[in-house]
Amino acid sequence: MTESNSIQETVQGVIATLKDKPGALLPILHGIQDAIGYIPADSVPAIAQGLHLSRAEVHGVISFYHYFRETPPGKQTIHICRAESCQAMGGKHLEQYAKDQLGIDYHETTTDGQFSLEPVYCLGNCACSPAMQIGSDIYGRVSTQSFDAIINEKKEQA
Amino acid sequence: MSINVYVPADSSAISLGADRIAAAITLEAQSRGIEINLIRNGSRGLYWLEPLVEVVTDAGRIAYGPVQVSDVSALFEADFLHGGDHQLALGSIEELDFFKKQQRLTFARIGTTDPISLDDYLANDGYRGLGNALKQSQADIVKAVTDSGLRGRGGAAFPTGIKWNTVLNTPSEQKYIICNADEGDSGTFSDRMVMEGDPFVLIEGMTIAGIAVGANQGYIYLRVEYPHAHIALNAAIEKAYAAGYLGDDIQGTGKAFHLEVRLGAGAYVCGEETSLMESLEGKRGLVRFKPPLPAISGLFGQPTVVNNVISLASVPIILDKGGDYYRDFGMGRSRGTLPLQLAGNIKHPGLFEFAFGLTLRELLYDFGGGSATGRPIKAVQVGGPLGAYLPESQFDTPLDYEAFAANWTVLGHGGVVVFDDTADMAALARYNMEFCAIESCGKCTPCRIGSTRGIEVMDEIINGLEISKNIPLLRDLCNTLLNGSLCALGGMTPYPVLSALNHFPEDFGVTDTTDAA
Ligand SMILES: Cc1cc2nc3c(=O)[nH]c(=O)nc-3n(C[C@H](O)[C@H](O)[C@H](O)COP(=O)(O)O)c2cc1C
Ligand code: SF4
Ligand code: FES
Repeated sequence: MTESNSIQETVQGVIATLKDKPGALLPILHGIQDAIGYIPADSVPAIAQGLHLSRAEVHGVISFYHYFRETPPGKQTIHICRAESCQAMGGKHLEQYAKDQLGIDYHETTTDGQFSLEPVYCLGNCACSPAMQIGSDIYGRVSTQSFDAIINEKKEQA
Repeated sequence: MSINVYVPADSSAISLGADRIAAAITLEAQSRGIEINLIRNGSRGLYWLEPLVEVVTDAGRIAYGPVQVSDVSALFEADFLHGGDHQLALGSIEELDFFKKQQRLTFARIGTTDPISLDDYLANDGYRGLGNALKQSQADIVKAVTDSGLRGRGGAAFPTGIKWNTVLNTPSEQKYIICNADEGDSGTFSDRMVMEGDPFVLIEGMTIAGIAVGANQGYIYLRVEYPHAHIALNAAIEKAYAAGYLGDDIQGTGKAFHLEVRLGAGAYVCGEETSLMESLEGKRGLVRFKPPLPAISGLFGQPTVVNNVISLASVPIILDKGGDYYRDFGMGRSRGTLPLQLAGNIKHPGLFEFAFGLTLRELLYDFGGGSATGRPIKAVQVGGPLGAYLPESQFDTPLDYEAFAANWTVLGHGGVVVFDDTADMAALARYNMEFCAIESCGKCTPCRIGSTRGIEVMDEIINGLEISKNIPLLRDLCNTLLNGSLCALGGMTPYPVLSALNHFPEDFGVTDTTDAA
């Protein structure tokens, strides 16, 4: 089975399980992104068909939400908080340090495909600013040193 | 008998290493052949003391914190399992002034129980409010909420009872209860703490709302940034179904209420209630024109209650102890308590629940202990990214909706973010414009285009270019946003921007000689 066949199969599976929920589009998009890491362009026709929507409508929804992505992410996505509480505790410095260390800007992926970097506007971890999230792991009071340690740990896990 | 040890599973505690502490304590106990029962509780909210470990001893619950993995073996050596002395020993959390001086109503259980244990919930006053509600008429339930004086804690402070009454009196086969758990406001985390630390109280509040207005379906619209809350809510919902607290026949009364969690997808504007409903319907989160009110035509065109997590989580205690009990806390038209979230550059960041009326200064210094850096506090942003910055001269404002409104400031969802004197208010104002541009739903031109224009103007100001021309331009832009926006994202971005400019003109390069008209 080719990779694209297996992606299509996953997509069809998610659509079949969720399409009868009221307002099924977001749950379906989450389901696909959870399974594949992003929402492949060639899944749009299947979603549109499953929900009786136009492709343009489906695409419009995908592009409206910051969280949904249309390109494959790195193995792990780092979300750094840009919001006020984190700024008050040196968040801007952390952002710049992360970009320098990873050699990428926001919305980019390292050349080895290991990390993607995304901004986030508050993680609800403001009492432990500055904060970041990698996958569902959350980190608080992140310093440049602890950033390095976390990244090294994540590299070893990979 | 095994000893009960509590280590929070709250995600902020985890962000500081609570999972590793829990594992280290378990391992150390095993290797010493000591039997312990490790419970993952919610957080007490005193985050400078997290990770906070509590041990149940004959003398009550004794706390240690902030604990690092490297402290664990020394804690065992000090016999912390029997309340032994150690430099991290704090005694009883409930005896600390930080905790004792709070009025914890909505947060009464949080940090004391295992959040996803229904038994713990029931043993600690859980489901007493629902029990009472099931014996009352719908109108009486709504009346209790109205009498309590509860106003929405999501930002707009609209009286909850009035909203419920509209839904109750709008006839329809299908009605909905939506919990707004989008908690997009930076500097806020009280919703998260409730969902992670006491999810049953939210489920109970929503069930009471459903019974009160005649809605049999509820949705919790949860921001995707909160994976721990998602897990806790789903675990608690499953248990509530299994025990007959959700489903088609709640506690044998024949009344039905179903509940499902839906995830958002990183759009701040989807916290606005009509945008949220569009999103739940599977669409882009474009803000709807009002009227119609959601209470009359909301989700899928049906009468819908949309309430914030804290609003709904405050309902069980109101139904348990009565509207008057809740109403007796607070001042003026701000009744009950507000869980304040103290964050940013502050020595003691955390969750403090108080009756309305405490002053900002008391919160910042008596509880917050001043800035984390030890430098003077320059400004405090209250009420999230659309809230104004308050300078020191406004710190005596009591935390009360009307007192804040009188200052052209807002309490919003109760977030308080502190900045020391190194903060650059012009850079912050630029960020506020940028945030508006990034998160705008795009429906109104002032918000969509004006915010981008605002960034450009702020860039010029920051670069010291044509200050006397650019400051009036910035004010004009803000006026256009204030007057020409459909929702508060565009309509209130001027609050932080103009408050920064008005209180800290020097950061904008405005000198006495500049025409700052
Ligand atoms: C841009 C914008 C974002 C909002 N975000 C939230 C939010 O994250 N959580 C929330 O409860 N209310 C939010 N609100 C307020 C809601 O529109 C609505 O007033 C609230 O959910 C009603 O519940 P309440 O009466 O219990 O406060 C937001 C409003 C606007 C304009
Ligand atoms: S003010 Fe902005 S976010 Fe609100 S409706 Fe208009 S364009 Fe959308
Ligand atoms: S502002 Fe960064 S976590 Fe809330």
